[in-house]
Amino acid sequence: MKTARVAYGGAIHTAYEHAQGVRLADGRVLPESAVVWLPPFDVGTIIALGLNYADHVKELSKELTVTTKDEPLVFLKGPGSVLGHRGQTRRPTDVAFMHYECELAVIIGRTAKRVKAGHAMAHVAGYTVCNDYAFRDYLENWYRPNLRVKSRDGATILGPWFVDAAEVPDPHDLTLRTHVNGRCVQQGHTSNMVNDIPALIEYLSEFMTLQPGDVILTGTPEGVINVNVGDEVVTEIDGIGRQINTIAGDDIFGR
Amino acid sequence: MPALPIFDFAPYRLSGTVYDALLNDPLDLASLGEAAYQSPYKMPPKAPVLCVKPRNTLAGTGDTLRIPVDQEALAIGATLGMVIGRTACRVPVARALDYIAGYTIVNNVSIPHDSHYRPAIRFMARDGFCPIGPQVVPAAAIDNPDALAVRVFLDDAVAQTTTTAGRIRPTAELLAAVTDFMTLQPGDILTLGASHGAPLARAGQRVALEIEGMGRLENPVVAEPAA
Repeated sequence: MKTARVAYGGAIHTAYEHAQGVRLADGRVLPESAVVWLPPFDVGTIIALGLNYADHVKELSKELTVTTKDEPLVFLKGPGSVLGHRGQTRRPTDVAFMHYECELAVIIGRTAKRVKAGHAMAHVAGYTVCNDYAFRDYLENWYRPNLRVKSRDGATILGPWFVDAAEVPDPHDLTLRTHVNGRCVQQGHTSNMVNDIPALIEYLSEFMTLQPGDVILTGTPEGVINVNVGDEVVTEIDGIGRQINTIAGDDIFGR
Repeated sequence: MPALPIFDFAPYRLSGTVYDALLNDPLDLASLGEAAYQSPYKMPPKAPVLCVKPRNTLAGTGDTLRIPVDQEALAIGATLGMVIGRTACRVPVARALDYIAGYTIVNNVSIPHDSHYRPAIRFMARDGFCPIGPQVVPAAAIDNPDALAVRVFLDDAVAQTTTTAGRIRPTAELLAAVTDFMTLQPGDILTLGASHGAPLARAGQRVALEIEGMGRLENPVVAEPAA
């Protein structure tokens, strides 16, 4: 089943897919644009992967000091960075390179502590789409990637749907795509992950207990380009969802 | 997982979100010397250096700190924690302290690591690596958060005596700089950052942190059993 959480008419609702948009749990059917889309689950710890697609590693190879033979490059993001589908993300005026990252987000459903890869998938509740923005101008070489690059307000977009794990027979056989203003700028396939989902859960759960609601952002494939104020960024994963985000300028944030 | 009674302490319910400032003591960078200007760092940091302490790291006073089997000791990062009292977005330095509901002691525990470039989160985000407590002291009771004595004890011996003074970014400046790009919510904790020279604690020792006017945060250290 696919579920969303939306705000409408003074309350927060669970919502479901419908041919005319969304159907609220109370029966009302509404156009997709009539509701406010919230992240589709209670977000716990946000764990993100850097350089987890072989093609993206190649794309960035000039600036890398690591290889994919090292342990997974993991960083954490703060909960304040989270937005839902159809939100606005601010592009600061002083930034020259801000880019999207379309990623498969894996949501933990069962506490995982020292779980071996062979049993890891039993701890996955479901999936959603994540756009994990980066603001490259702010990158500094201390505890990379620093929070000012990756954990800014509006930098982690989740949704629209929480897709039950049972509905995704093979999460490593999904195509990811990003469109900016209708033009396809990024395409990849989850089979190209350097560390796949079971390997990530084994690696992480060795030192940190994963809890329901924790989410692993599994990295992005090649094809990251700058986006500008007014751009519509659509990140999409087959069978998981199609997420829209709009880039906004400083002015509407009173800056 | 340790229980988290600290979540309901007065005067503020904690959200569980903890951001730790790193390298905020000028001695940290000074100790690197020319290396701070060389690869991989290239230049000293411009923005605050922060790390997230995720919810699996949160612990209270009395909870056990576990040393992983392949390690000898843990680095003890005794720091002042600012507990946010109201939504803090782009707070000006002059009014930053108004956004703080209270203060607490935070132990930013880590596995000792030499590189500050891209250390693996397993050094910082292990279960139980962020004891907090023993209480949240109302902000009104703390005259000046940037002039508090900080002491670390290993068993009964003093291992480190410093203060919260002399930071690259003192409390108000740090809160202002962080909330320029990241909104903090009531109950979130932002730490000032530990003093340079974190003491190392070994299995069998008892770590106690004291910050003037804020009590004592105490945790025993044990070796983690092999998996």
